[in-house]
Order: sequence, then C-alpha cells, then structure tokens
Amino acid sequence: MAQVSSIPEEQASLPLSASKSILLRISKFNPEYDKSSKFMEFTITYKKWTTVLEAILDVKKHFDHSVAVRYSCRQASCGSCGMLINGKPRLACFTKISELDSDVVTVEPMNNFPIIRDLTVRFEKLFESHQKIKPYLIRNDTELESDEREFLQSPKELEQYIQFANCIKCGLCNSACPTMATDSSFVGPQALAQAYRYVADSRDKGKDTRLNIVDDSHGIWRCHFAGSCSQVCPKGVDPAMGIQFLRGYLLGFRS
Amino acid sequence: MTKDENRGGIKGMVNPRRYGIERIAYLLMRFSGLGLLGYFIAHVYETSNILRGRMGWDEFLALTQTTEGHIFLALVIGMCVFHTGNGIRIMLGHGGVGVGKPARPDYPYDPASQNYRHKIGIYSSILLAAVAMMYGLAVMFGE
Amino acid sequence: MKESTIMKIHYGTALASVGLVAVHILMRLTTGFADSLEYENVIANYRSVPYVIMLELILILLSVHGFNGLRVIMLELKQGRVYEKAVSYGCVVAMIGLIGYGSRTIIITNMGMV
Repeated sequence: MAQVSSIPEEQASLPLSASKSILLRISKFNPEYDKSSKFMEFTITYKKWTTVLEAILDVKKHFDHSVAVRYSCRQASCGSCGMLINGKPRLACFTKISELDSDVVTVEPMNNFPIIRDLTVRFEKLFESHQKIKPYLIRNDTELESDEREFLQSPKELEQYIQFANCIKCGLCNSACPTMATDSSFVGPQALAQAYRYVADSRDKGKDTRLNIVDDSHGIWRCHFAGSCSQVCPKGVDPAMGIQFLRGYLLGFRS
Repeated sequence: MTKDENRGGIKGMVNPRRYGIERIAYLLMRFSGLGLLGYFIAHVYETSNILRGRMGWDEFLALTQTTEGHIFLALVIGMCVFHTGNGIRIMLGHGGVGVGKPARPDYPYDPASQNYRHKIGIYSSILLAAVAMMYGLAVMFGE
Repeated sequence: MKESTIMKIHYGTALASVGLVAVHILMRLTTGFADSLEYENVIANYRSVPYVIMLELILILLSVHGFNGLRVIMLELKQGRVYEKAVSYGCVVAMIGLIGYGSRTIIITNMGMV
C-alpha cells in the first residue's frame, strides 16, 4: 500500500519559490518480515542541483526515518549509495533529480545483490569476487628485499591501468550486467575489470595466476560485451574495455 | 533463484531498455543463436527425408514451399546474417579490437568501449539482415 | 577442458562455418532456388564428394558451435554442480546425436543407397 505525503512549505529544506516537486517512490522491504516489497510515495521539492540522495534524506528527516539507505561521502567517492533510480543503477549522491527529466522518481535496491533492508544491499559477494582475483601486486621479489629503490613506472605505463584503478566498488556494474541477473556464480564485471587493472600494471607479475582464476566456466567467458557495466559506471572505469583486454591475453591477442 | 539473492532473473537479463543498442544487440544475438540452432536441427531432420526417396522428399518440400514457409525462411536468413555480422563484431571486441584505449577518465565519463565503431557494427548487422531478408523473400516469391 | 579452449573452438567453428555456409547458400542461388531443391539436383549434390565433405564439415562445425552456445546460455540461467554437469554432458550427447543423424543422411545418399 502506498503512502502519499508532502513536505509543508515551512518544513521543506529547500524554499518552494525556487523549486519544483516530484513524486519520490521508495521501495520498502525487510526480508525478515515482508514477503514482497512495496512502494512508499512522497512529494518532494527539489532545486536544479538537488540529488536523489538529498531527496531520500529529506524523507528520512521529515516523514519516515525508518527508510534504510547507506551513504557516506555524498561525492561519489565511497561507493555506498548505489541503487536503482528509475530502473537504472546509479549513485544516489551523483544523480541530480533535474537530470532524470521525470516527475516521478522511483528508487529501489540494486538488483543482483541480496537486500538487507529497503535500499541497502549486501556487498559480501562483490568483495569476495574482488578478493578472488588477488587485488594486489604480485611479485617474485619484495620491497624489503630490494629496498634501494621504489618500483619505477613511466607515465605511459601508468595510463595502461589508472582508469581501472578508479573503481570505488559501488557495485553498479554488477547490478547492470545481464549475466549477473541469472548467474549467481559469475565473477562479475567489477572483479574482472580489477583483474585487468593488476595484469596491466607493469609492476605486477601475477598475470598467469589471475588469468587462471578468470578462465573458468563462470569467469571471463560469461561476459558477452553487452557493455551495460560501462554505461552505468560513475567513475569512468569502463569495465567492458578492461574485460575485453583481459580476454585478449587468453585469446593470444595480447602478451 | 531465491528472493534473498534479489537477482534480476530472466526478466532482468532480457530487459533491453535503458542500456542502449549494445544491450539490444546482446539480446538479439542470444535469440538469433537459439533460433538458428532450432532451425539447424529442423533442417538436418528435414533433409533426412531424402532417404525416403523422391516421394518423401517432394512431400516434405511441399510443406516448406508455402507463404508461411517462405516467411519463416526469410526470418532464418535475417537471423543468420545478423548473428554472423554481430558475431564478427563481438569476436573482434573480445580480442580487444576497437574497444578504445585506456586513458585517464574525464567527466562525463563516456565509456570508450561503447564507441561509434561498435554501434556502426550493430546497425550494419541489422541493416544487412533486413536487406538479406528482402532479397531472400524476392528470390523465394519470385520463383 | 579449459573454458578458454572451449571458447577458442567456439570462435573457430563460427568463422569456419560462415565461409562454408555461404558456399552452401550460394549453391542454392546459382542454379535457381527452386531448381536447386529438385530431387535430381539434390541427389546430384549428395553424390559429389567435395560437396558432401563440405556438408559434413558444416554439420560438425555448426553442431559444435550451436550446442556450445546452448550450453553457455543454460549455464548462465541456472547453477549447481549436478545441473551444470548435466547441461555440459547433455549438450555433448545432443551434438554427437545430431552429427550422427546428419552423417547418416549424407553417407547413405552419397553411397547411392536411396
């Protein structure tokens, strides 16, 4: 059952004179008690720069403090506030209501992740897959053994992977991926892109180890280059590009 | 698939909205592949009618020489051409060809892998499939 | 077999079958679509050894490619050790079955037993 509420002008955090209003639909679901999710509806005023996260926090402040949402930095750096906004995975703090170009904004938890409550999802599987590809430099020597100099790297070598090092592990790519929608064993675009990030790092010597890990029946070959992961990435990581380059090693196109 | 996992499921996989032409191509590739496999199995069975001699062959051939049969075959031609064209595009992409070069990302972060080369590849495959279907229909209905 | 080896076979069979299927279709068009399907012409095709070799190759290549594609789709739809083994072996059996059935037609017709 939907609940319709609106913020009285005097209570609104944004003055109505300079603002428009939207209908914010928030998915409510507690797996401990509920059999299915339901939507709560709130009329929210917004300005040109109001983000979806700010609108949700307005709801928490004025109408329903029980809405569960995870957030921290509010500047697309921590990767906490990923959710489906009008059906597409986005960061709530990075999505302005005005750019959605809709009078109704529907927010739901990201799919392909188990729901903790309302808009908050579990990241254990994401982090497990991330750890599986060994997200650290693998070398035969160590800094302790050769302490006379750091691992040198040219700007050109840095460019090979720096884009992929921007990943904030927000999980939007895994939520958008069509394979992740049905394949619970798939390692996912986030981990695959990170595998490439380390394989492409000139300081790393763990290429064969990582390629062996991703060369699995639920590994890199389950990516079909639909590119949805890259389209939703809020940091320009372009996981699809990394995955294809990584696959290039396995196909013998790269060495 | 349990509710606990909150997976999009088949509905999430086949949803072609919001992700552009690349996602539609993914879907068409999958459907055309399944369609072609179905046709291939049927074709192997169909041609085995030659073992029944002239009568068996002509009987079965008559079933396919209908308007519905021609339209079905035109669809198969379309699926075959799209699957081939898009398949070559995907194979090149899988090898890292035409997916752009890694670089420091700049806002608004347009993904380099989703570039015009691949979009042209997809649209060309669709166009070629349409042309091949029309040619096929012209040949089949023209005779 | 490693997944990368399977997928290399998948790509290889795709590329090889594109060329051969193109020849197979062109054979229908060069003699006229309806004429090429006449019983005598089809029998003549089956009696030609190079053409029969090509048909057999198409049969093998497309069976391998098609059933591996089906295996990939099915593995992505549902997971589980037993299910995955059943899908993989099921696809191999279906592939061998189809190749066997198609080869039977090709061999019997080629040997003039029709």
